[in-house]
Amino acid sequence: MVMADAGIVEIKNLSKSFDDLVVLKDISLEVSEGENLIVFGRSGTGKSVLLKCIIGLLEPDEGEVIVKGKNIQKLKPKELNEIRRNLGFLFQGAALYDSMSVRENLEFPLIMNGKYSQKQLDEKIMRTLEHVSLTEAADKMPSELSGGMRKRIGLARSIITDPEIMLYDEPTTGLDPITSKEISELILNLQMKFNMTSIVVTHDLICAQIIADRAIFLREGKIFYQGVLSELENSSDPFLKNFFSNEIIKE
Amino acid sequence: MKLPRLILSRRLSFSEKFYNFFATLTGLTAFNLQFIKEVFIPPYEIKQIKVHMDELGVKTFPIVSITGFIIGLVLAMQSEPVLAKFGASDYLPSTVALSVVRELGPVITALIFAGRVSSGIGAELGSMRVTEQIDAMEVSGVNPFSYLVVTRVIATTLVLPLLTIYVDIIALIGSFLSVVITSGMNFNYYMDSILMSIKFADFIPSIAKTFIFGYIVGIVGAYKGFTTEGGTEGVGRASTTAVVMASLLILIFDMILVKLSLWLWPTLG
Repeated sequence: MVMADAGIVEIKNLSKSFDDLVVLKDISLEVSEGENLIVFGRSGTGKSVLLKCIIGLLEPDEGEVIVKGKNIQKLKPKELNEIRRNLGFLFQGAALYDSMSVRENLEFPLIMNGKYSQKQLDEKIMRTLEHVSLTEAADKMPSELSGGMRKRIGLARSIITDPEIMLYDEPTTGLDPITSKEISELILNLQMKFNMTSIVVTHDLICAQIIADRAIFLREGKIFYQGVLSELENSSDPFLKNFFSNEIIKE
Repeated sequence: MKLPRLILSRRLSFSEKFYNFFATLTGLTAFNLQFIKEVFIPPYEIKQIKVHMDELGVKTFPIVSITGFIIGLVLAMQSEPVLAKFGASDYLPSTVALSVVRELGPVITALIFAGRVSSGIGAELGSMRVTEQIDAMEVSGVNPFSYLVVTRVIATTLVLPLLTIYVDIIALIGSFLSVVITSGMNFNYYMDSILMSIKFADFIPSIAKTFIFGYIVGIVGAYKGFTTEGGTEGVGRASTTAVVMASLLILIFDMILVKLSLWLWPTLG
């Protein structure tokens, strides 16, 4: 059932535990079309788990995840795959297929989900590589790429299917500040160019400042705070103050 | 498909080991059922199956060639004095041929195949699991079980019988060399003795069981790799336990299948 005027991603009372460890508790959230939402939180507060529940890699214990009006948990595998074609996911370590070249990595989601001539594939690959400024890497293997390049190629592979919603799991972790800034600007540019909705899990304040329309802060499995980024940064709450203080970020 | 998770700890209590044993058994059964379900569902990844047959099968040829040759040679060297004691040296070719075709060829090839291929599949899929490559495949709308597991298991099931036939031949060449050196028997006599002693009924069940051994090698390696947890340490564990489990299952199934074939073809006894 497609609901009118609802967010493109809706999360209702979502809870998730692993054995005795409660990771997410009663999370409710709505993300509008074209919005850039940043998810903050300390390590282990369930940020990545939230993303994996949205894309159906993890099944929530309770609650619902509704993407484009469809309840992810109630979909049959074929329907879930169809919804996933509208979603892109950039993994923390980029998750490039080691045994395939960059070109084959990019081809893979296209070949597996549709019929393209070699010419169409080549054009699409080169066009996508241009978006991430890495056309020269087409015939390299993932092991030959630097951390930043891997992230860019991971991003290229995620957007090659023209997703409407992009999920980013710590897109700038492990990168130097300059590369980090470049990746963040790239994410923003892609979002503006293709009017994508983005949900970005990060610790990186610079990345958030570049991308965010709205931010939420997860603490102990719950949404501790949500609002525009500047409100979060300037909050008088001692915990948030501590998290966003320059000292902590420098650490 | 939901598979039971194992308790991961360096020191496991007896009850935890007991739990892990049954969790593995249930997990492996569920994995087998999933395979049976998915093997018939299109798309059929024929190209991938060929790639794996080359990667997992053809590249095992050098090691099984050496092993087969030495097994045949040594078996003939060991059997010759025993048979000579009873004045039965003429039976040497048939003794070696029967041992190789019925038992040593299939089992030794399967064990070597398990050592090379089960561990390889376990490590490859395990590292894909811990680096989220399997998740990446899933989110791009591809069924990773069908693409990664089904193709590899079909490849191992089809390749092992071919490798076994090849090893049988190489082992018989090895034993011929030994026989020539010790007794100067000529090739025609050697071949005649073998062909007279081996019946079709010797050959069929022993090759049939290698399909099952090949399936075991593939499915155990894939199960261990697909369910890897715990980072790089987990990948190492998946690779090692895949070999151990596949080798044990090969021996257990060999025992069952030999008994079954003797029951089905009493003339083999």
